[in-house]
Amino acid sequence: MTSSLVPPVSPTTPDTQCRPRSRPGRHPFWALVRVEALLFGRSAAGVVWTALIPPAAVIVLGAVPATRHPSASFDGRSPLETWLPVLMMYEFLMTAANLLPAVLAGYRERGILRRLSTTPVPPSRLLGAQALIYLSLAAVLDAAMLAIAVICGVPVPDQFAGFVLTLVLVAAAMLGIGLVLAALAPGEKAANALGLVVFFPLLFFAGLWIPRSQMPPVLRDISDVTPLGAGARAVQDCLDGRWPAGTALLVLAAYAALCAVVAARRFRWQ
Amino acid sequence: MTVIEVVGLRKAYGERVAVRDVSFALDEGEIFGLLGPNGAGKTTTVECVAGLRAPDGGRVRVFGHDPQRERTAVTARLGVQLQASEVQPNLRVREALRLYASFYPDPVDPDELLEILGLTGQAQVRFARLSGGQRQRLSIALALIGRPAVAILDELTTGLDPAARRDTWELIAAVRERGVTVLLVTHFMAEAERLCDRVAVINAGRVVACDSPAALTARLDTGQRIRFVPSEPVDDRELAELPGVESASRHGEEILVVGGGEALSVLVTHLARRGVLAHRLRVEQPSLDDAYLALTAHTSSRSTS
Repeated sequence: MTSSLVPPVSPTTPDTQCRPRSRPGRHPFWALVRVEALLFGRSAAGVVWTALIPPAAVIVLGAVPATRHPSASFDGRSPLETWLPVLMMYEFLMTAANLLPAVLAGYRERGILRRLSTTPVPPSRLLGAQALIYLSLAAVLDAAMLAIAVICGVPVPDQFAGFVLTLVLVAAAMLGIGLVLAALAPGEKAANALGLVVFFPLLFFAGLWIPRSQMPPVLRDISDVTPLGAGARAVQDCLDGRWPAGTALLVLAAYAALCAVVAARRFRWQ
Repeated sequence: MTVIEVVGLRKAYGERVAVRDVSFALDEGEIFGLLGPNGAGKTTTVECVAGLRAPDGGRVRVFGHDPQRERTAVTARLGVQLQASEVQPNLRVREALRLYASFYPDPVDPDELLEILGLTGQAQVRFARLSGGQRQRLSIALALIGRPAVAILDELTTGLDPAARRDTWELIAAVRERGVTVLLVTHFMAEAERLCDRVAVINAGRVVACDSPAALTARLDTGQRIRFVPSEPVDDRELAELPGVESASRHGEEILVVGGGEALSVLVTHLARRGVLAHRLRVEQPSLDDAYLALTAHTSSRSTS
């Protein structure tokens, strides 16, 4: 900086000159989406755990003959068919209920949401951008994993509408949980810790360690009323060619609604 | 024209009253300082002006609008630099400026602003890797990117080294040259004295004085302190009896004369008549520092009584 500064601002006279501008001629919301997507791409851990490991797992399950073929111990399904719904649930859990609350709580902690509050673009747009990025990422990865599985011999789900409806409800429930965590956590570290607290139980009941078909009846009953247990059940129904169980869809919708109410009451921008 | 108007502002956080009764008005084109010790209520006041907090009482108007209820009318023309407001850690400097530029209808060219703030070399550096001074300059740039009519700058130079502080002062002066009204929050007297047209001194949630730095200093009637080394011995008791002189004392070879506004001319005339030269003559006048200390000390003793 020197004393021969050319001051940047002339507030009273509207700018009539035509001068070059490196401003991205975008709507603010899409500028936010672009930047936040870019930032997600720069977080190596986030990319590895969402975009690389789960599709890699599907590829491995589909490539190995033993996990590709039906097995009596999995109710006549192949291990690939058994874990595909779980991995699909995992994507929404990881993005909407783990990465998103940590990012939001971190932004609040660092005063980024506060700075945004002073601009014409309210911080709710940032939340919208984050939700859009993470949910579409999970949806695209789920579609990609389904495509890989289909290539490896899993039948195309007859109930495509039911399948899409299920993913929408799973997305809503996971986003709701993510927002509740972001509301309860004072900062990024706390949000990560809370994220882990929900991460393992939800994945357990989705059937990551014990497939739902092998769970004792009591465990499976509990699994039915957890969001990802219900989600995995509904996806499995679709893969089996049935319309997803009404109770499963209801459970997902209930979590989404309940979490939305709690988050709306507890979430703070500053 | 009044661009910011605060009347009888009051804000409490539970039991703790942060702002009791604050009123001031900013005229277009001036640099107005909010001065006060830590915890005086300065930041709460500007947060109410920026519309980040709802006042418990009183009235805040920015360009005639309520900053809480008419957000869009206010945010488009008010640039705010707040304490401890960061940027996404992995966002690069130019990316941050471009993002914020996209929020406003007629932004400044980000590259031009980078140049002015001396951040061109850091354009590709992520926020997390910037030094404190660079972060502060980016923060100022983000407050100015939307071509605001009014800029609020809170504790602008806190944590900057003296050279960076001086650069920032030059920047603020240059910003004002173009007609931007500035509300500057500070606890550095030198900063207020150098930059502000008017200052409001806030203490314990109240405005205790509001005037130009020179007027605040003049109001402090402590007179002046004159030090000199006489070329020949002088009787200091004789000096003390001169009109307008309160006291005179000898400190080694130096003589200290304390008196009112006219003491200097009386003293110099007296010495000239005696044929005595005043070597190393220094006149100390009360600074804004003294005025500030007197104002804030006065009110804290009153509030405890």
